[in-house]
Amino acid sequence: MIVEIGHFALILACLLSLIQSTFPLYGSLKGKGRLMAIAAPAAYGQFLFVTISFAALMYAFVVSDFSVANVARNSHTLKPMLYKISATWGNHEGSILFWTFILSLYGALVAFFGRKLPRTFYVKVLAIQALVGLGFYLFLLLTSNPFERIYPFPMEGNGLNPLLQDPGLAFHPPLLYMGYVGLSVTFSFAVGALIEGRVDAAWARWVRPWTLLAWCFLTAGITLGSWWAYYELGWGGWWFWDPVENASFMPWLVATGLLHSAIVVEKRDTLKAWTILLAIIAFSFSLLGTFIVRSGVLTSVHAFATDPERGVFILMFLFIVIGGSLLLFALRADKLQPGGLFAPISRESMLVINNLLLSVAALVVMFGTLYPLLRDALTGEKITVGPPFFNLAFGFLMIPLILVMGLGPSTSWKRADLMGLASRLKFVFAASLLMAIAVFYAAGGGEIMAGIWLAVGLWLLLSTLYEWAERVKLFKSGALARILRQPRASIGMSFGHLGLAIAVLGMAGTSYWGAEKQEIMSYGDKVSIGGYDVTFENTDGVIGPNYTAVRATFSASRDGGKPQILKPEARVYLTPPMPTTEAAILSRFTGDLFVVIGEANNRAYDQWAVRLYHKPLQVWLWGGVAVMVLGGLISLSDRRFRMGALKGAKK
Amino acid sequence: MRNLLSLIFLVMLSVSAAAVGVDEKRLDDPTQEARAQEIMKQIRCLVCQNQSIVDSDAALARDLRIIVRERIIAGDNDEQILGYMTSRYGDWVLLKPPFDGATIVLWLSPLLLLMVGFYVIYRNQKLRKSNVSSEPLTSEEKQRLEQLLNNEGRK
Amino acid sequence: MSLNRFIPLAVFCVIAIALYVGLSLNPSNIPSELINDPTPEFSLPVVGGEEVSFSSIDLAAEDGVVIVNFFASWCAPCYVEHPFLMKLKERGYKIYGVAYKDKARDTNRFIAQQGNPYYKIAADEDGRVAIDWGVYGVPETYFIKNGIIRYKHASPILEMEFEDKIVPILEGVDE
Repeated sequence: MIVEIGHFALILACLLSLIQSTFPLYGSLKGKGRLMAIAAPAAYGQFLFVTISFAALMYAFVVSDFSVANVARNSHTLKPMLYKISATWGNHEGSILFWTFILSLYGALVAFFGRKLPRTFYVKVLAIQALVGLGFYLFLLLTSNPFERIYPFPMEGNGLNPLLQDPGLAFHPPLLYMGYVGLSVTFSFAVGALIEGRVDAAWARWVRPWTLLAWCFLTAGITLGSWWAYYELGWGGWWFWDPVENASFMPWLVATGLLHSAIVVEKRDTLKAWTILLAIIAFSFSLLGTFIVRSGVLTSVHAFATDPERGVFILMFLFIVIGGSLLLFALRADKLQPGGLFAPISRESMLVINNLLLSVAALVVMFGTLYPLLRDALTGEKITVGPPFFNLAFGFLMIPLILVMGLGPSTSWKRADLMGLASRLKFVFAASLLMAIAVFYAAGGGEIMAGIWLAVGLWLLLSTLYEWAERVKLFKSGALARILRQPRASIGMSFGHLGLAIAVLGMAGTSYWGAEKQEIMSYGDKVSIGGYDVTFENTDGVIGPNYTAVRATFSASRDGGKPQILKPEARVYLTPPMPTTEAAILSRFTGDLFVVIGEANNRAYDQWAVRLYHKPLQVWLWGGVAVMVLGGLISLSDRRFRMGALKGAKK
Repeated sequence: MRNLLSLIFLVMLSVSAAAVGVDEKRLDDPTQEARAQEIMKQIRCLVCQNQSIVDSDAALARDLRIIVRERIIAGDNDEQILGYMTSRYGDWVLLKPPFDGATIVLWLSPLLLLMVGFYVIYRNQKLRKSNVSSEPLTSEEKQRLEQLLNNEGRK
Repeated sequence: MSLNRFIPLAVFCVIAIALYVGLSLNPSNIPSELINDPTPEFSLPVVGGEEVSFSSIDLAAEDGVVIVNFFASWCAPCYVEHPFLMKLKERGYKIYGVAYKDKARDTNRFIAQQGNPYYKIAADEDGRVAIDWGVYGVPETYFIKNGIIRYKHASPILEMEFEDKIVPILEGVDE
């Protein structure tokens, strides 16, 4: 019964989105107040019904109702509760329902916090938001009904892939989707502005917090996924340039660009058409990512070979939403008045270069990801575009970007003095170069790229600190008061850039100075790696709730210090039967020691395959991203972004 | 997610799933072994997603690792070993696509896109400078601007 | 209205078309490098036997269509494919089997249970011959006409695919 209520609520939500996307839009074009008044209640109603629907599905998972096909395919009674709940969004139908749920959540949030927006614009934004939702409701109801029943129903479910039974991955999709879908708001604002035919500083100010919110979620979500790959997959890698990863990275790059270009619109009332375009593209990449992941078009999982209907449906939907908005852009963008001019050396120019590099990076990632497909479609030849390509191409674009990032905040708006800039920052530049050289040699040399990344990271770190010190006049009296009085948005900016600098240093450390060993070890054997002496002590059998495992004990000591215990596991899950590895990681400020236990030899169980990694500065990478997200949140709390502050901007 | 996908794929093709070989022999000479590892990093594990044979537990990846080591002992150079792989599995097996007529667009895409971008910016700036209109703000715009500024001032 | 504004739309259309085409492609179906080449040289013992008794010379000597099927008793999809191989045998196709990384005992049991569609079965215990053929999983099937490889199929062959795709290729190569 509850499941049917869920299904029914979904149909109601679909109908509401149809109403919300048509009548109010018509009303706003014709100036009919009554029709416009439908928009907000419809948005709340949609949210209510989708919540009911999603809760119903979650209930089916929690009570393991295997008469629901989706639950039978993806859950199992023996699974811990957390993973029963996370299984709700860990499958095709459930994840799309979850997507839609978040979309309606954002719809309701916009309806609530946007009340003070100019009326016709507010209504248009909500209508566009509902239009996007409508596509997803139809997709669910027509091709991917999560509430489908099966009869006769099985007594037990198929279980969830054990790799996904991990706290990191239980929370990865929600964060990522909050990010992906958050960009829908920016998109609706952009399309709404195109229909209205005006974009101004106020528009940028409304859009920025939503973009910032989505960006924070997206950053956290991507990183959580990367972290999961790092500790769960057991290869010591954290980024693989896999199509699924790239799908989330492309919208991130564009959203980052958008955050910066919106500043230019807000402060200088220029780059309007470009910013609108970025807002459209950012969400387009979200949709494209969903398509790539959900369609299996790039990922070898024949999801659509068996069911091409879904692929065609999403593609049609993409075509309408993205194609339609880009067409609207082509037709209407000229209505946006170009704003103020700026000199080649100015804050605006720096931000334009930032945008250019980020957009090109996103395009290159897309091109590299789709290239095998394009090639296959055109010539039937198959090739692989793997990490070596992306590392080279991406590095080529990121190094100049980070160099510019160091300059940007110190550059003044409109027209900056190049010589002044150079003379202020030349010591910072020299200092980062010298430090990089010193660290490079202290680390025992290495690839030249390692040194370059080190220098680039240090440059960003020092220049960000220097700019902050200059801004608050650190060494003049009253500095403390000035530090505290900084607007939150600029504190956020400093944190964001600082976080990236830390992450870049971590990335350089772990990518270029890492060590790895694959050993065959018996009890008592010793291996030294990254300054640690690691001893293989023994193994134990472990029985978990839905797996059995071998747990090995290693002790690691550094410079004769107190030994630390590491306990990696090799698990075999019961449903579905599948071996996984649980790495043991000893995280320290200077680096991670990472131990994975593999198989024993079949006969005597006296020799084990062991992989050990030393990952210098790995925690800097995670910490750096955390600082970036913190920066985003600080910025978000800036008073100027609060919707109440827009009272004055109301027409 | 990627591993989930590769696993589905693995099950589909039913490649025998042995883990990293306990009995996998390394080369005695550490420099040769290091060279072997470098080459392995460039070879795709055919039954995985975007993963090199170094990182894969798949049985086929292990067989290919053994072949790489054998070829090194036999005195093959890097190109010959990669050639051995491509003659059997095609360019698909290389994680780093070869630089040739068909991939030149891919390899040059960052540079080309960057140049196009700079050109567009340059032209837009020139265009804007030539027809800058110093239209005064409409009264409505002025009012809005004032309100915004006042609003900020209050904070 | 400037035409430049249409560039994003145009780029998107190209991508959308590529994705549409991509939907009908199979990303895991990797074409063989050996198409239109003679079979690679190899020599293997038959299952259970010691002496070399199946080699590339056997295949080169064959006139007309020969099928080489890599399979294993531990491979679930092979069971799916098996009935169709039996059908092909009945229709008069000569099928050589290569047991990939399989123990003779298991292969024999598999054949005893499922029936034997093969003219001869070679044992490729270390899987090295399979690598020379560019095999990356089982089952994989090669279609050879007059000693030249004309088609490779990875994953179980379905009857429809055989009729619609493979037969025309094999018939077409004479012209």
